[in-house]
Amino acid sequence: MSFSLRLGHDAPPLDLDVTLPAGEIVGIVGPSGSGKTSILRCIAGLLRPVSGHVALAGEVWLDSARGIDRPTRERPIGYVPQRYGLFPHLSALGNVACSLTHLPQEEREQRARARLAQAHVAGLDDRLPRELSGGQQQRVAMARALARNPRVLLLDEPFSSVDRSTRKRLYVELKRLHEELKPTVLLVTHDLDEAALLATHLCLVQRGRVVQHGPTHEVLTRPSTIAAARLLDQPNLFEGTVEGTGEARRLAWGPHRLEVPDGAAFGLEGPLAWTILPTRVVLHRVDRPSRGEHENPVAARVADVVTLGDDVIARLQPGGLPDTRLTLKVSLHVAQRNALAAGREVTVSLLREAIVPLRREQS
Amino acid sequence: MDWTALRLSLALAAVTLLVLMPFGVLAGRWLATTRSRARPWLEALTALPLVLPPTVLGYYLLVALGGQSPLGTAFERVFGAPLAFTFTGLVVASVIVNVPFAVQPLQRAFAAIPPDVREAAQCCGLSRWQSFARIELPLAWPGVLSAAVLTFAHTLGEFGVVLMVGGSIPGETKTAAIAIYDRVQALDSAGAGAMALLLLAVSFVTVALSYVLSERWLRPGRK
Repeated sequence: MSFSLRLGHDAPPLDLDVTLPAGEIVGIVGPSGSGKTSILRCIAGLLRPVSGHVALAGEVWLDSARGIDRPTRERPIGYVPQRYGLFPHLSALGNVACSLTHLPQEEREQRARARLAQAHVAGLDDRLPRELSGGQQQRVAMARALARNPRVLLLDEPFSSVDRSTRKRLYVELKRLHEELKPTVLLVTHDLDEAALLATHLCLVQRGRVVQHGPTHEVLTRPSTIAAARLLDQPNLFEGTVEGTGEARRLAWGPHRLEVPDGAAFGLEGPLAWTILPTRVVLHRVDRPSRGEHENPVAARVADVVTLGDDVIARLQPGGLPDTRLTLKVSLHVAQRNALAAGREVTVSLLREAIVPLRREQS
Repeated sequence: MDWTALRLSLALAAVTLLVLMPFGVLAGRWLATTRSRARPWLEALTALPLVLPPTVLGYYLLVALGGQSPLGTAFERVFGAPLAFTFTGLVVASVIVNVPFAVQPLQRAFAAIPPDVREAAQCCGLSRWQSFARIELPLAWPGVLSAAVLTFAHTLGEFGVVLMVGGSIPGETKTAAIAIYDRVQALDSAGAGAMALLLLAVSFVTVALSYVLSERWLRPGRK
């Protein structure tokens, strides 16, 4: 089952064609103004794109070429907008019951109470939205969105206005609700960590275009383009040159000749953008230097070191590349054991399989 | 005390309210939500009775409703009675004069409903009518109340237009405001004072009632 989206619009600009897996939590991530909310609004039918095609498992919701456009109220969706959109004059129970007008009155109230209990807001049924905390409002909005058993749940920055501890509890609740009900969840967020934590599939968006999408781990570890790497906030973006072919193929990076993995991306000789995750830069132990024949050893000087909780982030100046900084991320105990400090000479390995080539175009 | 005039005023205010409110709700909602380029022009048109002197408005209404006008002639042919200088004519004039008093508070009330609330209603699967009846109208209720009170109170006190279109026919077009004017012209200060005091009391009670109702509406704990 899949959820296919093809959207074209002028203001806000949208130009995307993507097929997402149904039944999973998909994180739509991008900077402010990248069109994330507009994508959700098009799916909900609240924004009519100039051209578009939206279909869930073959069921067409929108096809501008054939004049199909199911009104919002007929689309099997649940929507939690950024500010929740709760009906201010109705109690929590009344808000949820509003989603169940197709049921008889008695059943409506029963189901609404059950949904509120499921969202951990039982006992607050009679409270008006203004009498609820941010986290409680979010839960009521979630209960309302899930009340009709939607096939697609659209969440627009749902955790942005709650405090950190509430947010963590809500993460667990979202995961639990998803496990129970298994809707397709499209979670819009600008917080990459949040998306990485919750989503099984990531969709990176910039200026209304999908820069990259795929399983979360793959997108996070193997950005496909320079734009994707920038969106993922990768510090290690470098330019190199592919030299030679076959076994003799190397990536020239200053005076270094790095072994690269097999694959078409490294197949052509010439300049190439590439990246490596800071966690995949391996620091050689001071007391047991690696010979590193197949590990792309690079000698470097530590430019600076920053400790962030249990992690240490060091910027290294690789030998022969005075203007380049290679970022390395290790745990605190590894940094302490190797006495990682500014000015020290170290050796690191750029693991062959961790070197990721980057295309220059967006998609 | 001219009880007939007071009864006529109250009847005129009530009928005006009944006729105008449905129109005011629809027009106010439309003006609050439309993206039509005609909106500023239509807003200006609905606001016109606020800025025109009552005598000017009354003159045009008299011309429009009079026996020589197409509207007046057609009305007389269909219903067998004229519009000018009748209670029906007064109602027509009163409805037109009160358009801004009804439409503007309603437009403001509907415009104040956050767009995400309106959209949430659609996402909940509510039909247009359900969304209007369950969400929008209750949220615009303070505006409905303001519009009703303003229309009612303004009709009670309307003088210029009523005089122009209806004259001062006892039991037919002589409202309380006209009766006060007549009493003053007749140098009957006591009569004018009693009528004025009664009109003041009725207006005060109407406005006070609207405040009490809005207070109750906004009190928390409602389902």
